[in-house]
Amino acid sequence: MTVSQIYALGLDVGSTTAKIVGVDSAGELVWSHLEAAEPRVADQVERFLELAKEEGVSTDQMLLVATGYGRKLVEQAARQVTEITCHARGIHRSLGHGGTLVDIGGQDSKVIRISPQGDVIDFVMSDKCAAGTGRFLENTANRLGVSIDEMGLRALQSNQEVPISSTCTVFAESEVISLIAQGVPLAAILRGLHRSLTRRVVALVRSIGLGSPLMLSGGVAYNQAIRSMLEEECQTPVLLPQHPQLMGAYGAALISLGP
Amino acid sequence: MSVAGGSHLGGSLRYHLNVDLIGRAALRLGRWKAEFQARASPRWDSQYISPPLKISPRTKELIYRHYLAGRYANLGRKVAWVTSGAPAELLKALDFYVLYPENHGAVCGTTRQAVDISIHAENAGYSRDICSYARTDIGALLSGVTPVGKLPRPDLLMACTNICQTVLFWYRLLAHHFGVPLILIDTPFIYSQPGNHAIEYVRRQLEEAVPVAEQVASKSLDEGRLRQVTRMSRMASELWLEIMGRASHRPAPISVFDQFIQMAPIVEMRGEAYTVDFYAAMLEEVDSRVAKGIGAVKNEQKRLLWDNLPIWYRLRYLAELLGERGVALIASTYTNAWGELAPLIDPQRPFESAARVYLYPILNQGSGHKLETMRRMIAQYELDGVLLHSDRSCKPYSIGQMDQRDRLIHTYGIPALLLEADHNDWRAFSEEQVANRLSAFMELLGV
Repeated sequence: MTVSQIYALGLDVGSTTAKIVGVDSAGELVWSHLEAAEPRVADQVERFLELAKEEGVSTDQMLLVATGYGRKLVEQAARQVTEITCHARGIHRSLGHGGTLVDIGGQDSKVIRISPQGDVIDFVMSDKCAAGTGRFLENTANRLGVSIDEMGLRALQSNQEVPISSTCTVFAESEVISLIAQGVPLAAILRGLHRSLTRRVVALVRSIGLGSPLMLSGGVAYNQAIRSMLEEECQTPVLLPQHPQLMGAYGAALISLGP
Repeated sequence: MSVAGGSHLGGSLRYHLNVDLIGRAALRLGRWKAEFQARASPRWDSQYISPPLKISPRTKELIYRHYLAGRYANLGRKVAWVTSGAPAELLKALDFYVLYPENHGAVCGTTRQAVDISIHAENAGYSRDICSYARTDIGALLSGVTPVGKLPRPDLLMACTNICQTVLFWYRLLAHHFGVPLILIDTPFIYSQPGNHAIEYVRRQLEEAVPVAEQVASKSLDEGRLRQVTRMSRMASELWLEIMGRASHRPAPISVFDQFIQMAPIVEMRGEAYTVDFYAAMLEEVDSRVAKGIGAVKNEQKRLLWDNLPIWYRLRYLAELLGERGVALIASTYTNAWGELAPLIDPQRPFESAARVYLYPILNQGSGHKLETMRRMIAQYELDGVLLHSDRSCKPYSIGQMDQRDRLIHTYGIPALLLEADHNDWRAFSEEQVANRLSAFMELLGV
């Protein structure tokens, strides 16, 4: 990678992961780096920028926009922009059209209506509760001793599905423990968990109305069970960008590049 | 400073000494001091929003005087506790000291004591799902804790159902606790237009309330005095409506945050001549801001409407957050509610007009009426968006907001955002999430 290639940077400091993306002068994603989010945001940002420097970016003339929950802690950024605007910008550029974007992040879920020109028309975010978020799956995966990467696949392997009645992450854990104790197969529990999360997200989609096509971003987009259940519940195909987890950072980089 | 009261002094005399003489002088002195300080060395530190109106020390003086009078009211006056939508003119005409527990709740909210006080009610078994004003009030009466020194004991209670049904239970509880009569004014919900039978029904209840109130007051109602009080109510409401109307100027001279603070007298001191004088002076100041082109937000870019009660414990925070990006919150359905009915007040027919006025509050009408009010305000003030505060405590105000938001966006093309919080209970307010939603909304507006 040469110096001229990375023209602007976008940094997405989320609750679960931190991502940095570099784009060239045409706005193409040419470099990225992703790590689990650390509590010491400033140190992590510093390290990310060092990595960017190693890629040949001059930090003196760096164009940088920060997004995500930790965006205000990125002092080096020229601007801080919310994930809503950044995700919309990133996905619009990636897929080339508007529609309804579902982003299931670590801390919250968002549904964003995007115009054909890429502007945010409307958005809605999950309430003050972790049940509709990636953290919900992460917590229960830990409790079940299943890796986060395989839980979607294992859920899809089951024809059986037990309803998880609870909509609270903490209570869901105790519900899951009780189901295991009753001898319910693991895959059926996993399927129920995915259904529970999907239905919460679908409620958000319905609250602002589904404008086609339906798009998905965020780390949870890698989970096949969520994807297929979302398609099933919304009765429409779900489109994914090439790098779903990087959409926020990519959008931030595009914003730093200019209009 | 107060006169402790020797045996030779009657309660009434002690009341007048403490409130009208010593208290009034001390508060006037305090106001002059504040006004002088504001002129001599302004300490306003915001880059984004203009300083409070110059009349603010006078507002403070009025509110303090109101609660000072309350503190000593049991010495020389009859006291009534009423709901914010109660026809208080009747009680004012009978010289009651009128206390509004909801306003007291708001004082607890702005001074950030509401939760500490509510906990006394919660510990006694009152659920956190009950309105935080009711919990603050019950907590205050159980613990005696209040930021205003002391609340007077009521001799009479008056609850009107035009704001919610919670007041029914809340005031029955107060009646039981204090062992005093409760006048209940039932206002049928208006789905479209109130029929004559509904107006007649409320009018009759008002007339039936007279002998009860007279008996507690130990005096007869002077209808001339009632007409006078009603006229004062109308004049103050008209002035308030005019003040809010000035926000149609660009930049808007007064924000909703200013209105939230300045609305106290129109709620709890309507019917008084000094309230009319106060709002006349405020209108003059607002007009001078208009003439000088002073905006409540220094760099006004976008103008928004607020729906529902304020978030009392975060007024300055929200004003700064919006003001930083040049977003001015300039109109609200809530503050508007104390002005919009002014034209209906007819001092010559105090009972019939009260029946009509107290039937019409926004909360006693359907969701479609609120949507229409919002649509009208959006046009009148040339607004760019709407913030709907989904207030956990105020169900009647919050119900329908999802649909109203939907209609605003899809039918009228007006961006709208739903914010979850509570007017008094900060435990239902998540600052980071509110800030994130507001920031995203402002980006959507292009600022």
